[in-house]
Amino acid sequence: MLTILFDGIAYGMLLFILAVGLAVTMGLMNFINLAHGAFAMAGGYITVLLMQHASVPFLACLPIAFIVPALLGALLEKTLYRRMYSKPHLDQVLFSIGLTFMAVASIDYFVGSSPQIIQLPEYLKGRTELWDGALGMGHYRLCIIAVCALLTVLLQSVLSQTRFGSRLRASVDDQRVAAGLGIDVNVVFLVTFAVGSGLAGLGGAMGAEVLGLDPIFPLKFMIYFLIVVAVGGTSSITGPLLAALLLGIADVAGKYYIPKLGAFIVYSLMIVVLIWRPQGLFSRGSK
Amino acid sequence: MSAIQTSIMAPSRFKSWELMVWVVAFVMPFLMPNYSLLISEIAITALFALSLDLVLGYTGIVSLGHAAFFGMGAYAAALFAKHVNPDPSFGLVIALAVTTALGAFCSLTIMRGSDLTRLMVTLGMALILQELANKLDWLTGGADGLQGVMMGPVLGRFEFDLYGQTAAWYAITVALLFFILMRRWLSSSFGANLQAIRDNRLRAMSIGIHVHSHLAIVYTVAAAVAGVAGGLHAQTTGFASLDVFSFDRSADLMLMLVIGGTGWLWGGIAGAVVFKFLHSVISAITPQYWTFWIGLFLVVLVSVGREKFIRPLTWFKKEGAP
Repeated sequence: MLTILFDGIAYGMLLFILAVGLAVTMGLMNFINLAHGAFAMAGGYITVLLMQHASVPFLACLPIAFIVPALLGALLEKTLYRRMYSKPHLDQVLFSIGLTFMAVASIDYFVGSSPQIIQLPEYLKGRTELWDGALGMGHYRLCIIAVCALLTVLLQSVLSQTRFGSRLRASVDDQRVAAGLGIDVNVVFLVTFAVGSGLAGLGGAMGAEVLGLDPIFPLKFMIYFLIVVAVGGTSSITGPLLAALLLGIADVAGKYYIPKLGAFIVYSLMIVVLIWRPQGLFSRGSK
Repeated sequence: MSAIQTSIMAPSRFKSWELMVWVVAFVMPFLMPNYSLLISEIAITALFALSLDLVLGYTGIVSLGHAAFFGMGAYAAALFAKHVNPDPSFGLVIALAVTTALGAFCSLTIMRGSDLTRLMVTLGMALILQELANKLDWLTGGADGLQGVMMGPVLGRFEFDLYGQTAAWYAITVALLFFILMRRWLSSSFGANLQAIRDNRLRAMSIGIHVHSHLAIVYTVAAAVAGVAGGLHAQTTGFASLDVFSFDRSADLMLMLVIGGTGWLWGGIAGAVVFKFLHSVISAITPQYWTFWIGLFLVVLVSVGREKFIRPLTWFKKEGAP
């Protein structure tokens, strides 16, 4: 029971790190980015390839898995995404599906379609049992929770304490007024997009062991990221965090107790929540 | 009839080139029996695209899960043929009835919220159905697909042949039937109301259009048409598998509609023809990486601008010029 809760929290934390960039970009520019998973996949594949071919240690791969997708995100934002902000949602959806398809096919071409396995270092492989096995904690999952919690605190403090954070919040609340006050919204968005993509990459690298990694990763988890964002709302980062934890626990528990129904529960819950509160469970109400 | 009446009615009249297109469509399986399978596939996809056009082009609801209805229709028709009655026309009616009910139910889910919510609810519906079809393996055959569907002759006379000529004619006939019906329906005042809702929902509401009931009706009808397309698919291939629900199918469909132009019934048909043709050409060259080219195409298409793309004459004009 407690073990399931623990695994669910680890899973939820991971989903949060993967999706938080999406939540911010969606709130900031009202842009529906279905290609977010592609950045996560990039992070995962960078880690796998570095470990297999250059035998870089796992922990050293993580920063690289953050930086490369972040740069990629910045580049794409500057060249392609920026033109899409003013387009209707249909165009944005088509555009980001197109990017996702390209990413999937390219990975398939360059790396192959078989699932990739990450060899964790020995010190992360163990498992600690507490209270006669009532709570079994895999060390790696413990590590995921620690890193993700740290990142969450860091993000929250950046958002609420720093100058950049207040600029970002101002831009989210009202882009035009923020621009009128002399905030360079474009730069704010570029940085946010890059950091969000980087976080997705980091999440993809850390999640490769838990979520699995193959070329259709962006399509498989697209709906999960969207659930986190749509259920959590885009007005704060606590909303997506709670939504991600809820989703993680519900998914793990659902798959454990009622394996026959599988993902069915999560999707039905999502539809019910969205019909009940279209603006998200934790948002500040309708705009 | 006054001049104004004539000008208003003009778009709803059949033009001679439209007649020509259908005549050519009917002659095709006769001229090229080897391509009959491709032709019936095109007809089915065109019908499916027409159904999405109702929702997306005429009403402005962005749906990423239209395959839900296609798949439901396919499984309904296949199961009916396997267990109850192999007659194709009956099967289509059953597919139509089942998806109408499903569409009416799902139309409740698309009333509220933003584009994002609708996107996810429609996508979620397709995923739920796919999951159901996967898990109910005693009924649907699970991941292996539903095999052993034997179809009876169409109208009790025309047997399905090996080349698929009968299948092609059957699919084209059904597509034509629904095309005519939808055309009539959309050129009525109901169709005009739908476009008013798409263009400005608030204003439509304030001139007294019942937005919710219109949305519910159009979504249900679109679901029914998609179900018929799915039923045709299952009947002509004699097979239903999980991929009828797949996300790729919904995404491809959206692409077709965009190629041909939305909010125009011929757009879906033109898009389906171009898309299927491209598909068979490109996948003959690179079977595995066909999605890369679709993706690239989508990105370029949207970057150039959809409206511009289907009118090549405007490519070299400056933005904003008439």
